[in-house]
Amino acid sequence: MMQAEEIVKLIAEALPDAHVEVEDLRGDGDHYAVTVESHSFGGMSLADQHRMIFAALQGRVGGLLKGMTLTTRVIEDDRS
Amino acid sequence: MISQPPDERTQRLIDPSVLDRIQSEVDSDLVVLFMNGTPVFPLCGPSAQGAQILGLLGVRYKAIDVTVDPSLRLAIRDFSNWPTLPQLYVKGQFIGGNDVMRQMLENGDLQALFMRHAIPMLD
Repeated sequence: MMQAEEIVKLIAEALPDAHVEVEDLRGDGDHYAVTVESHSFGGMSLADQHRMIFAALQGRVGGLLKGMTLTTRVIEDDRS
Repeated sequence: MISQPPDERTQRLIDPSVLDRIQSEVDSDLVVLFMNGTPVFPLCGPSAQGAQILGLLGVRYKAIDVTVDPSLRLAIRDFSNWPTLPQLYVKGQFIGGNDVMRQMLENGDLQALFMRHAIPMLD
C-alpha cells in the first residue's frame, strides 16, 4: 500500500514541473486515480507518458501499487 | 523459473522462447489483447475494461489469456516494457494498457488508429 503523498512526491521528483492530482477512490489506500499534467509529455505517445510515471514510481506499478488509474495530459506552452 | 521480486532493475530469467511465442501471437492478428482471463470472463477490472472498450467499438480482436500460462505473465512485462495487463497490440505495435486505451477512446485517437489501419468497427 502506498500513501497518496508518496505518489505525489515520487512523481514530482521525476517531473518537477508536473501538476499531480491523486484521488483515493475507495479510501483504502490501494485504488488511486492519478492525473499528471506536464510540459515534458509534449511529443510523447500516451504509452511513453505513462511509462514515465511508471518509472517515477520505481517499479511499484503492477506490484505494490495495483489498483491505480492513470491519466496524463500535456501542458501546452501557451496555456501555462 | 526462479521467482524474482517484480523489481524492474533485477535481471529476470525470461526464457527467450516465451518471448518468441509472444511475438508470434502479436503478429498473428491485426488487433491482439493480452489480458487476465477472457473477454467473457475477465479476471480483473483493467482487463475487463480493455475488452469492453474494444467491444464498444465493435473491433474484432484476438484475446490471449495470460493466466493460462504463468511464464507468459512475467515475460509479457519485459516484452513490452509495460508492468501491467491488459496490453493492446495493433498491427504488431504495442499501444498501451487500459488507461491508455480509455484516454485514446475519450479523445478519439483509438478510433482514428483503427481507421488508419482499415480495421473495421461497428458504427
